Amino acid sequence: MFDSYTENTLQYNEERCINCGMCSAVCPHGVFTPGDTAAVLAAPSSCMECGACALNCPVQAIGVESGVGCAWAMISAALRGKDMDSGTCGCGGAAGSCCGSDTKEPSCCDKKENDFGKQKNDEDILVSPPV
Amino acid sequence: MTNPQNKEKSSCCSCAGGGNASASCCSIPADTETAIPKATSTITRENRLDHIRARVGINRMGHRVEPGLYRLGRPDVDSPVFASANYTLSFDALRSALAGVDCYILVLDTNGINVWCAAGKGTFGTDELVHRIESTGLAAIVRHRKIILPQLGAPGVSWPDVMRRTHFKVVYGPVRAVDLPEFLRTGTATPSMRRVEFPLRDRLVLTPVEFVHVALPALAAAVILYFLAGYGASLAAVAAVLAGTVLFPALLPFIPTHDFSTKGLILGGIVAVPFAASFATVPLLPFWANTAAALVALLLIPSVTAYLALNFTGCTTFASRSGVKKEIFRYVPVMAVMAGSGIILAILLGISRLFGVI
Repeated sequence: MFDSYTENTLQYNEERCINCGMCSAVCPHGVFTPGDTAAVLAAPSSCMECGACALNCPVQAIGVESGVGCAWAMISAALRGKDMDSGTCGCGGAAGSCCGSDTKEPSCCDKKENDFGKQKNDEDILVSPPV
Repeated sequence: MTNPQNKEKSSCCSCAGGGNASASCCSIPADTETAIPKATSTITRENRLDHIRARVGINRMGHRVEPGLYRLGRPDVDSPVFASANYTLSFDALRSALAGVDCYILVLDTNGINVWCAAGKGTFGTDELVHRIESTGLAAIVRHRKIILPQLGAPGVSWPDVMRRTHFKVVYGPVRAVDLPEFLRTGTATPSMRRVEFPLRDRLVLTPVEFVHVALPALAAAVILYFLAGYGASLAAVAAVLAGTVLFPALLPFIPTHDFSTKGLILGGIVAVPFAASFATVPLLPFWANTAAALVALLLIPSVTAYLALNFTGCTTFASRSGVKKEIFRYVPVMAVMAGSGIILAILLGISRLFGVI
């Protein structure tokens, strides 16, 4: 009750995990922890959907609809008649937003879910993570 | 400072492999070294004033460092390379934490935005990192192929892509720059170095900007309410805004429930009680007017505080997009109904007063 943060879009395919440890290294909330043979999804409800784990997973074992949890940005977008996920993130776009204006197209809300679940060619997979 | 752009890359083939090149082959030519702007670890009084101005939102987008490569101390071909955002607070935190370390700092162009926010929107990202590595000729300046990024840059950077495109390995350092000396000493970040906390100090640091955002409309509301309903109503408006922008961040972990909106409603409700009690006991007013005035406070103050509390989500270190979305759909209608009802009641009271009914 009164907790909107119990569910999120994080998906983890343990079978694809090569236990490189990158997800544990980049997650600021301990959502993933190192395991014996694969990363352990230890605290899924702590995920803030920043997308760091998915972006840095070399085998696309993680999927998340990343974005910024900023009500100001979402409401502002909605008030301007745009979709809440239209790419007008709270760190850019309108002057006076939390991080001011920006000349580049914001990408935080443009990030599409990665190729989670899709097989990638072996040559695309780097298996020597720089941890 | 001058940015060393468009350097010619070294043709030293043994360097390109990043392997066993000799120092003589890949040592930095003197002219190249001096072409790299020098940074220091000293935080001057002017730097501190700049930090204060940034914290209170003065010249919000003007706290920038020229993007490019900087040298700290006397780095050589084996010195570590760190990446940072071109936001003065980010850059200053890094260079001050690296006091006594001979190294390079690669400053990415994040439009004057801090690392985590910039990573979230991709400006502290793979493309910019690759671009800076190439445009500064980093491969010809250092012998190794390793670049240390702040961990909170990870939402914008794909290490496999950086590796493919530049042959530089991305190493994610700790969350906080202050942990860098220990990280460099041990070569690893402890689990606590990898975690983001949101302590009172960090929450309070955000309050000036939060308040500045709404200061003008709050002041306008206070002035209008003073002339329409007296100092009590004016004070109530200020209290609602201060509760949402200062009290809420300070008390965030201690207010019951998880959702920001309900926390805000609770806090606003508590703040509203003394005002409601005061308005309910105004002498010489009929009972219905006193009740209506109290209701105005109980409806408007919590809704304003809750809305401001919900808007604090973007400043926190843990609010997810999905959760915030749910909150918006769950609670914004409630806030709107409460605020609307409060405004209608206030208008009715104002009209009654205008026509001498009360």
